Amino acid sequence: MNIAIIDYGAGNTKSLQFAIERLGVTSILTSDANTIQQADKVIFPGQGAAQSAMVKLKQNKLDLLLPRLTQPVLGICLGMQLLCEKTEEGNVKGLGILSATVKRFSSQVKVPQMGWNSIQSLQSSLFEHLSSGTYMYLVHSYFVPVIPETIAQSNYDGLYSVAVQKGNFYGVQFHPEKSSKAGQVVLQNFLNLT
Amino acid sequence: MLTKRIIPCLDIKNGRTVKGINFINLRDAGDPVELASKYASENADELVFLDISATEQKRKTLAALVLKVASAIDIPFTVGGGIGDLEDVEILLKNGADKVSINSAAVKTPNLIDEMAYQFGSQCIVVAIDAKQIEGKWKVHLVGGKVPTTLNLFDWAKEVEQRGAGELLFTSMDHDGTKKGFANEALAELSQIVNIPIIASGGAGNISHFSATFTEGKADAALAASVFHFGEISIPELKSELQKQKIPVRL
Repeated sequence: MNIAIIDYGAGNTKSLQFAIERLGVTSILTSDANTIQQADKVIFPGQGAAQSAMVKLKQNKLDLLLPRLTQPVLGICLGMQLLCEKTEEGNVKGLGILSATVKRFSSQVKVPQMGWNSIQSLQSSLFEHLSSGTYMYLVHSYFVPVIPETIAQSNYDGLYSVAVQKGNFYGVQFHPEKSSKAGQVVLQNFLNLT
Repeated sequence: MLTKRIIPCLDIKNGRTVKGINFINLRDAGDPVELASKYASENADELVFLDISATEQKRKTLAALVLKVASAIDIPFTVGGGIGDLEDVEILLKNGADKVSINSAAVKTPNLIDEMAYQFGSQCIVVAIDAKQIEGKWKVHLVGGKVPTTLNLFDWAKEVEQRGAGELLFTSMDHDGTKKGFANEALAELSQIVNIPIIASGGAGNISHFSATFTEGKADAALAASVFHFGEISIPELKSELQKQKIPVRL
């Protein structure tokens, strides 16, 4: 199986590669359009600021390539947020695969949300073998509201989308590569998708 | 619901784990990768590696260790100790660290916080603050608590938040090594002043100290070293006790 992790300067892709390696699969970190197009699965990681991430994606025309991919794609953290139409973070335009707008947590809660939160209302084969109430590791200041494409929710400053799916595009707000055994199950489920 | 985090801290010197009592007498407490894996398997929520070595090869040795840790464990970890510039941060993040913690360099060059947050994102920038009370006032200290500054703890905490830190790691030098509990009064005040997560550090001696720092101290996470390294408190036991007290934890 060919797994392409999109390389656009997002932080800590090493841990993601190690997590996939622990499942017995090797991945390639790449910004090459052909390699990405030919991969069986594509992972779109993300960490850092939305604005600089979009700038880096555009430098390699990855902003045009990504929405056209037909194999399973998994956006992680900022990678999930950038699947949306736009984000309040710097008023940046995203990839527009989902029509949602990414919002900032209010000052009623500590921002960023940092740590392990439970996920619920699981509605996808991405969560097979996992039950509602499973904990995942999250670090984020912005969130995707609950939308028709929501496949899992979490509660912080109210309910929000902790995972989304539209066609072959999946997004998780948590870091599966950092979420211990439960995160490993999600990655394995993603690798199992056809 | 977001849970309270339990964070074992591993002090590292030349690639080995050590823990200083009051930061001075060092005792060897094992191999960092082995210890990290053990804590991850016991449901520790996160780990902190604090490198206290001061050799020229430090950067290389630490980067190699970070890579080994990242390959072995599947929970987040922070690396700190002598981080002085953007290049240090980049090397650690590229080798698999999730967050870096800066301390003295931030006091000497506060603008570093802004630059690091801009380049790598606030979510991976932890500012560590060591402080102790001098004539009733909390003052920031440097070099493992040996060098006092004129900075007031609460003013400095506010400033680092405004400059883009994503989290605070507050160590009370008055409590560190005493095993008499965390500095809950100062921690609660910090929580009033800043709106970023706060890790309590210094003073853990028994399980009730952890529950107190989460309730009275309003801490988001609690860090300890020797009580975990020497088996005085087991993490599964600690977490199940916290749960009994209705403190949200990941089991």
